[in-house]
Amino acid sequence: MDAINVDINHLKKGEVSLGTSIMAVTFKDGVILGADSRTTTGTYIANRVTDKLTQIQDKIWCCRSGSAADTQAVADIVKYHLQMYKANNNGKSPSTKIAASIFQELCYNNKDNLSAGIICAGYDEKNGGEVYTIPLGGSLHQHEYAISGSGSVFIYGYCKKNYKPNMTKDETVNFIKTSLSQAIKWDGSSGGVIRMIVLTKSGIERLLFLPDEYVNA
Amino acid sequence: MNHDPFHWGRPSDATYGPYNHQIAHASNVNPMARQQQQSDFPTMHTQRPMMTGTSVLAIKYQDGIVIAADNMGSYGSLMKLDNVERLLKVGQSTIVGISGDLSDLQAIQRILNDLEIDEAYDAGDDEDTIAAGLKANHVHEYLTRILYNRRSKMDPLWNACVVAGFDDEGKSFLKYVDLLGVAFASPTLATGFGAHLAIPLLRQRVDSEADVKNLTKADAIQLIKDCMKVLFYRDARSLDKYSMAVLSESDHKVEFHKNVKVEDMKWGFAKGIKGYGMPQL
Repeated sequence: MDAINVDINHLKKGEVSLGTSIMAVTFKDGVILGADSRTTTGTYIANRVTDKLTQIQDKIWCCRSGSAADTQAVADIVKYHLQMYKANNNGKSPSTKIAASIFQELCYNNKDNLSAGIICAGYDEKNGGEVYTIPLGGSLHQHEYAISGSGSVFIYGYCKKNYKPNMTKDETVNFIKTSLSQAIKWDGSSGGVIRMIVLTKSGIERLLFLPDEYVNA
Repeated sequence: MNHDPFHWGRPSDATYGPYNHQIAHASNVNPMARQQQQSDFPTMHTQRPMMTGTSVLAIKYQDGIVIAADNMGSYGSLMKLDNVERLLKVGQSTIVGISGDLSDLQAIQRILNDLEIDEAYDAGDDEDTIAAGLKANHVHEYLTRILYNRRSKMDPLWNACVVAGFDDEGKSFLKYVDLLGVAFASPTLATGFGAHLAIPLLRQRVDSEADVKNLTKADAIQLIKDCMKVLFYRDARSLDKYSMAVLSESDHKVEFHKNVKVEDMKWGFAKGIKGYGMPQL
């Protein structure tokens, strides 16, 4: 006799976790990248203190969302290519655009096998802060600011209304903190701490905000 | 005599005719309106849970029970509501903690409310004695019957419940029942994620009924608080705000704590974690 199987512990139909809230914002002095720190397998939080902000070059970083394995693999390959570029060009640092372009080439040509949503952001003297977003299909888009990940859907309105070009560093940090705080509040697949990387002429600064600090932002 | 197992227990086909499968579709609805087609199975409404609540935890201590459930109502991965009360008070001193589908939680709420009203007819006028005859073991048995019969109709109430209170003899009563009609008792109970993460922690202190007398009220409360903290760390559908009820065996009183926050969380160590493999800034 045909049996009816009901698995009460299974993921609900259509539930796929791109679990993350990430964003990168250009401002007066450069660019700031921000991310939450939650990695989920289904509804289990496998890592509650993940670092989703990855260094590709000195002042070129990326925010990773989607499959952790895919994004790590792609980031490692891009890092390798940029190291070769630097070595073959007399120590000249590649521009952010070049890094984003390599990301795009990898994500587009392997689109069938990858599940990676990446925001590539960097600072150089000539162009200032730049943000490039490479969503799932492998297209490349440059913006003044970009948001991505499952939690980003809840803050499209907020970010559109509250982003201003050429903000100060403090204004930008608060903008990212408040935006990600809301994304974390509404998205079950985002949470933990908020990590930020500030890229300016002066250097690279790492920031960390614990739940008590951002929950009422 | 027909020895074929598929014919055991049935009157013989020769005398009574073949089994009438329409028995499974029997109803008072107008038979002229042919809504369903013929099928081997009864009408099924097995659904998917839509708005859901996560774990419920409970533990017996020397003088009663502590039970807790958070205030989150999730809609898939959207953390839609943060003010859902999932611990229901039934009668004088019974608490039913419900996880799973929230619309079915409210259906159970209506069912238990009707039960309370029915019980109240036999009580006095003093508010303290209304439905005083309704004990936790009665509530649990009633709920089990309802849940099991619904599952047998392939139309379950998609929940997992923990009933905490006192039985006819006034002793602590703690029992589980879920959408399949599965029911069991233990000094430590939890549903959902709690079953995986909290039960081992609770069992470290209370491994069997014999350990219950060694657990004080303060320790039981702290233990439940620690479990709620761990669940907030690791369950992606949990909230850091919850309700907790403390039931005492000596006076059959219920202390209901609302809006309890998860405290003493460790997040500072995240500062030292950079990258995922090779060293970076």
